[in-house]
Amino acid sequence: MAALSTPLDVHEPNSTTEAVVDLSVSDVRQLNAALHAPDVAEKVPSWRVTHPDGRHSIAVGLDAEVSVEIDGHVGYYCAGMNKSATVTVHGNAGVGVAENMMSGTVRVRGNASQSAGATAHGGLLVVEGSAAARCGISMKGVDIVVGGDVGHMSAFMGQAGRLVVCGDAGDALGDSLYEARIYVQGSVKSLGADCIEKEMRAEHLAELAELLAAAGMSADPAGFRRYGSARQLYNFHVDNASAY
Amino acid sequence: MLRESATFDRATIADIQRAAETGIYDIRGGGAKRRVPHFDDLLFLGASMSRYPLEGYRERCDTDVVLGDRNASYPLHLSTPVTIAGMSFGALSGRAKEALGRGASEVGTSTTTGDGGMTPEERGQSKHLVYQYLPSRYGMNPDHLRMADAIEIVLGQGAKPGGGGMLLGQKITERVAGMRTLPMGVDQRSACRHPDWTGPDDLEIKIRELREITDWEKPVYVKIGASRTYYDVKLAAKAGADVIVLDGMQGGTAATQDVFIEHVGIPTLAALPQAVQALQEEGLHRHVQLVVSGGIRNGADLAKCMALGADAVAIGTAALIALGDNAPHLDEEYRKLGSAAGFYDDWQAGRDPAGITTQDPELADRLDPVVGGRRLANFIRVMTMEAQVIARACGKAHLHSLEPEDLVALSIEAAAMARVPLAGTSWIPGQPL
Repeated sequence: MAALSTPLDVHEPNSTTEAVVDLSVSDVRQLNAALHAPDVAEKVPSWRVTHPDGRHSIAVGLDAEVSVEIDGHVGYYCAGMNKSATVTVHGNAGVGVAENMMSGTVRVRGNASQSAGATAHGGLLVVEGSAAARCGISMKGVDIVVGGDVGHMSAFMGQAGRLVVCGDAGDALGDSLYEARIYVQGSVKSLGADCIEKEMRAEHLAELAELLAAAGMSADPAGFRRYGSARQLYNFHVDNASAY
Repeated sequence: MLRESATFDRATIADIQRAAETGIYDIRGGGAKRRVPHFDDLLFLGASMSRYPLEGYRERCDTDVVLGDRNASYPLHLSTPVTIAGMSFGALSGRAKEALGRGASEVGTSTTTGDGGMTPEERGQSKHLVYQYLPSRYGMNPDHLRMADAIEIVLGQGAKPGGGGMLLGQKITERVAGMRTLPMGVDQRSACRHPDWTGPDDLEIKIRELREITDWEKPVYVKIGASRTYYDVKLAAKAGADVIVLDGMQGGTAATQDVFIEHVGIPTLAALPQAVQALQEEGLHRHVQLVVSGGIRNGADLAKCMALGADAVAIGTAALIALGDNAPHLDEEYRKLGSAAGFYDDWQAGRDPAGITTQDPELADRLDPVVGGRRLANFIRVMTMEAQVIARACGKAHLHSLEPEDLVALSIEAAAMARVPLAGTSWIPGQPL
């Protein structure tokens, strides 16, 4: 195992509670190790990361109530497997932002690439711009709110949680869906296998209003449509073979 | 005189009749049943005049192996190179998983989770536990990732390279459904591709993410089903894998289409030399360890894998048999299910009389995890001792000192695949004399 070349270069310019890590002089491994410290929430609850410059795996595996503000664009898997932490990307995010998140909040001020929130079990992922293909793929309980559009195959095999799309959805939305619920304000290019439009009842309007409020989105819940699983493919039957 | 067709034999006729009646392909457990070139087609050249044997009862032949020391701060140091392959809670009962953990721990080796996550029974009884990271990510939890001793990214398995998993509804009990975030009783589908990466460049980034999450402590394995093995191993090793797990077509599955099991992938014997060649060309042989599975049954198979360049093996089907699968005393119950002891492969059905491949509480209670663990430990000890017998006869003080030069082949096919001479000749098919 290679030894770390330098200690983490942390600056505390303005306050005693916010640590600033400049990734042009420190590396991601040092940053993550510092964020994994057992007492990080008590000692340094607020972090700011500068010059991320598309680096991968920034702020992954967090397991504490800390706030991490990232000033710029991030690469793959930012905030992957997040627990409890609040991570904000002031830029765009690469593939798999907040993948397998368990809890906490991840917010992307710009756009997100493919597989945003993939397999995530909990927490809230907000993408203020648009998300590319497979947003919420195999989601397992996370709430995802996208201010713009989502690409094709979003919520593919979604098992639980809610996906809210304030813009349009691409092809094959909700393909092979289990129990995840999907709300779309704009158009849906096509629905995937076993995904159907469902009645928007009062309880759905209420949960959608809560999700929009939590995400800081001003959209009117009444303008959305709800989609979910028809549950026709839950058990294989030869008559459904053409659906796969 | 009745004459059976070689093309339309009785099994083929029965398959056609079954398909016509049911309208669905046959799903079963286990690995390929067809005869393929295997380790039985190789023999060791014991020492005599030109080689010097070790004294069987006096001179040591070590068996330990270190897995994953390329990058991880805590590699696995196992007492025997016989590990337990990934098998899920869901496919197996909780007590069966516990028994696997107990048996593996007793002999100082590792066991492996499967699709659906980590159970307390398994973690609690496993000294060395490898946590599988599968496309479905069912039950995937960073806490479990941190509790594991190693991480195994599963790209495929030998029974079905290119295929996803399935667990039929009858085995999706409340506990299984809860762990996988699924409705009870559904036919669980598992994706065949990972949801957030595609290809070797992405894999390198994914491996790095897993290292970051676990602070570079855990070895990261990559498991592949044997198909384009030479290229897959090169790409996985270059992507940063610490350990390659190579699973041949005889490797078992809990539930897969029979046509997939029998017709996709290549035999373990054919794949292993390709993997070794790939690692050697990258200068990574013995630096990236190679774990081989798929039809490993005894110490001879273990020794032959070692001789061909593996660092360890993994057993799945053999481990279940050691626990009690297909036991003769259950023959009557197997027959009630339309099978017989020695033939039972409906591991997907959840009605296993041995209580291993089931979620039925009454059936599962039949397996005593302490007794099962002891049986498995016995079996692994026997495998290890058998391999030591062979290694000493070849003059080797460690199983890893066995080499291809110690082997010959009984058939032209096996000689070509294993890249060792046909017995009694110096001919290796495909190589210049």
